[in-house]
Amino acid sequence: MRAFIDVIERNNLLAGFAVIGAIVWLSYLISNRLTRGRVHGSAIAIFVGLVLAWIGGVVTGGERGLADLPVFGGVALLGGAMLRDFAVIATAYGVDIAEIKKAGVSGTVSLLVGVVGSFIVGGAIGWIFGYRDPVSITTLGAGANTFIVGPITGAAIGASSELIALSIAAGLTKSILVMTATPFAARVIGLDNPQTAMVFGGLMGTTSGVSGGLAATDPKLVPYGAMTATFYTGLGCLLCPSVLFLAVRALLG
Amino acid sequence: MVIYGVALLAFCTIAGLYVGDLLGIAIGVQANVGGVGFGMLLVILGSTWLMRREGITPATAQGIGFWNAIYIPIVVAVAAQQNVAGALSGGAVAILAGALAVVACAALVPAIDRLSRRRPAAEARPERAPVAS
Repeated sequence: MRAFIDVIERNNLLAGFAVIGAIVWLSYLISNRLTRGRVHGSAIAIFVGLVLAWIGGVVTGGERGLADLPVFGGVALLGGAMLRDFAVIATAYGVDIAEIKKAGVSGTVSLLVGVVGSFIVGGAIGWIFGYRDPVSITTLGAGANTFIVGPITGAAIGASSELIALSIAAGLTKSILVMTATPFAARVIGLDNPQTAMVFGGLMGTTSGVSGGLAATDPKLVPYGAMTATFYTGLGCLLCPSVLFLAVRALLG
Repeated sequence: MVIYGVALLAFCTIAGLYVGDLLGIAIGVQANVGGVGFGMLLVILGSTWLMRREGITPATAQGIGFWNAIYIPIVVAVAAQQNVAGALSGGAVAILAGALAVVACAALVPAIDRLSRRRPAAEARPERAPVAS
């Protein structure tokens, strides 16, 4: 046993890949079997990640979730700032400038309104709950964008791990809600054609939520919603830690 | 070659983060201002430019594609090392922030939809155009 733990600690990044792979596998199993694909496997996997972080925190009394257990040091490396930024930036590949133009006026407007609107809602909720410093308000506002924009913004402006966890949870709530509630809201908001699906994708932004929700509504709408949604996280990562953070700072003095 | 794709990504990431840091210093905040966003812009501009100039071979695209595909697992790893136990004490704020953002944005869908319907040119999309990937 000692020897096994030694091997794992010496090869921690590889162990991290294996652990995360197992979590993702289990999550897609739960997604397919228990929710019949209604809740996307990626959302479940992130939720499992948060639960494991909670367990890690309770067991060790530390502040770095699962990463406080030495055996899971690789998870810390895999989810550290360097690889996180690297992978998020990689998602921009394949975005064609021509496609941005194709999304048109409504797509652009919906993206801007979506990012700024969610940011204001998230920040305002933070204010109501007693957060007063610009870093906390901005991180929560970014979390209301997507579960990627939250941690990227929080890390960039120096938020505490606690706040980053909150921002991920906010983004996750959004993603799961969009996934499950879209079929029920579709008729009310007129979501039955490509044009509206693009506006919807731009306003909601969570790619996993939008593609899951549209798939449950009408699979033909998925590419249109996903097309605008894919720009959202990038736009959020660009605006939240810069223009919007500065705006919050100016506002709070 | 696969390494070209990975190297392109690495260059864009470092350059983007550098711009973000410089911007932070220029504005006088202890923060990386929009670095990841600039990195993404560089990837979009860089890959489009390369595509037009000499094309991106499938192997090069693989080097980028791997990291593109691994980002959800990495987000899982990011989630697994947050101070969730500490955050749980204020969990309601997260749920409310996420849920109200959804409600507010969903309510705006018909309004923005109508805004664009006045321009018929923006309508009648063709099937998703073949993307160069």
